[in-house]
Amino acid sequence: MFEGRGIACERGERRVFSNLDFSLAPGQAVVLRGPNGCGKTSLLRIVATLLRAVDGQLIWDGVDISEDVEEHRARLHFIGHQDAVKGALTVRENVAIWAQVRGETNDRIDAALSAFEISHLADTPAQYLSAGQHRRTALARLVASSAALWLLDEPTVSLDADGTKCLQRVIADHRAARGMVMAATHIELGLDDAELLEMKPR
Amino acid sequence: MKRLIAVTTRDLRLAVRQGGATFLALVFFVLTVTLFPLGIGPEPTVLARVAPGVLWVAALLAAMLSLDRLFQADFEDGSLEQLALSGLPMGGMVFAKIVAHWLTTGLPLLLASPILAVLLNMNEEGFAALMLTMLIGTPALSLIGAIGAALTLTVRRGGVLLSLLVLPLYIPVLIFGVSAIDAAVHGLNAKPHLLLLGALTLACLPLCPWAASAAVKLSLE
Repeated sequence: MFEGRGIACERGERRVFSNLDFSLAPGQAVVLRGPNGCGKTSLLRIVATLLRAVDGQLIWDGVDISEDVEEHRARLHFIGHQDAVKGALTVRENVAIWAQVRGETNDRIDAALSAFEISHLADTPAQYLSAGQHRRTALARLVASSAALWLLDEPTVSLDADGTKCLQRVIADHRAARGMVMAATHIELGLDDAELLEMKPR
Repeated sequence: MKRLIAVTTRDLRLAVRQGGATFLALVFFVLTVTLFPLGIGPEPTVLARVAPGVLWVAALLAAMLSLDRLFQADFEDGSLEQLALSGLPMGGMVFAKIVAHWLTTGLPLLLASPILAVLLNMNEEGFAALMLTMLIGTPALSLIGAIGAALTLTVRRGGVLLSLLVLPLYIPVLIFGVSAIDAAVHGLNAKPHLLLLGALTLACLPLCPWAASAAVKLSLE
């Protein structure tokens, strides 16, 4: 069980949102909705501990995450606006590096590549990829190493219909394995049963 | 530990793949040093006198030039964010990157310095001291530089600011590095200078990764 209580965020002296609550049970998903600038990305970055909340608590199974930030970071995957894909490395190396840095073996690299239908590009340097293939390489990280909580910030940007389907399948599998998902998206991700978190601009 | 090594090997692999840009620091070092005989004339005794200082100043500048590579590219493409979120302690992650930086800049400078010392007609008594000061001193350059590189991450065109921040902090390394070689050249005991240089590097070892990781954290916000 992962909960946020009374979270408030300020960016450049401006209050973006305050008193925001959410909760996520294993297998559950939360979709963030709202106009530009309402703080969807900020909320995801707060949950990822990249950004400090000015108020509120994040609680994982009854324990405040600030007690062990590294442990919290190890159990989450964050897909942001930037792909973190290196042009000088091949697609396989790009995916494998993050599994290694997260302390995992390489057994799931092939599964990750085929989950996003980029197996045929495995040995292509990433600098020759299209924007959509680039994105798929970034998303393959989700499968290559395990994490209980996925934070997805507009994950479908530059993906085509097929790529979006791949992502939907991967998210469904993750939830079936009692994983949690928190996503900011305007596109249906097969998350019909997800809890909607409406965010209002101030 | 294995995961920290994975960070270092990642940086090394990227450095090798990107080839040219990586060893620019070394090329810069060699070029700067070869400019001095052209500038101050080929008089062997004069060159021998200035050799330790020239080598160290050129090494400082070369190391400084390569600093923006330490975090900048990873910051821009989101990799630094992912590294921070990998669950590794931030200080450890930053230290692993500093090690990779030293291996790709400090170590080549160390290996090139005796050849350049020959070119500058440096007294042969000073060679051991030169290698030792480079071995002890160049890690401090990477360590101190990491703080500057991390602090200037969010600054557009931060290169000039970076040198203003870092060069003053490099002065102690320069002083003890050069004085150790000078002492050896003049047949004096170089040990006190080497010990002071070593103390400096050891003090940087825990402090700099800690300070740099705090700066990285700030720039990711």
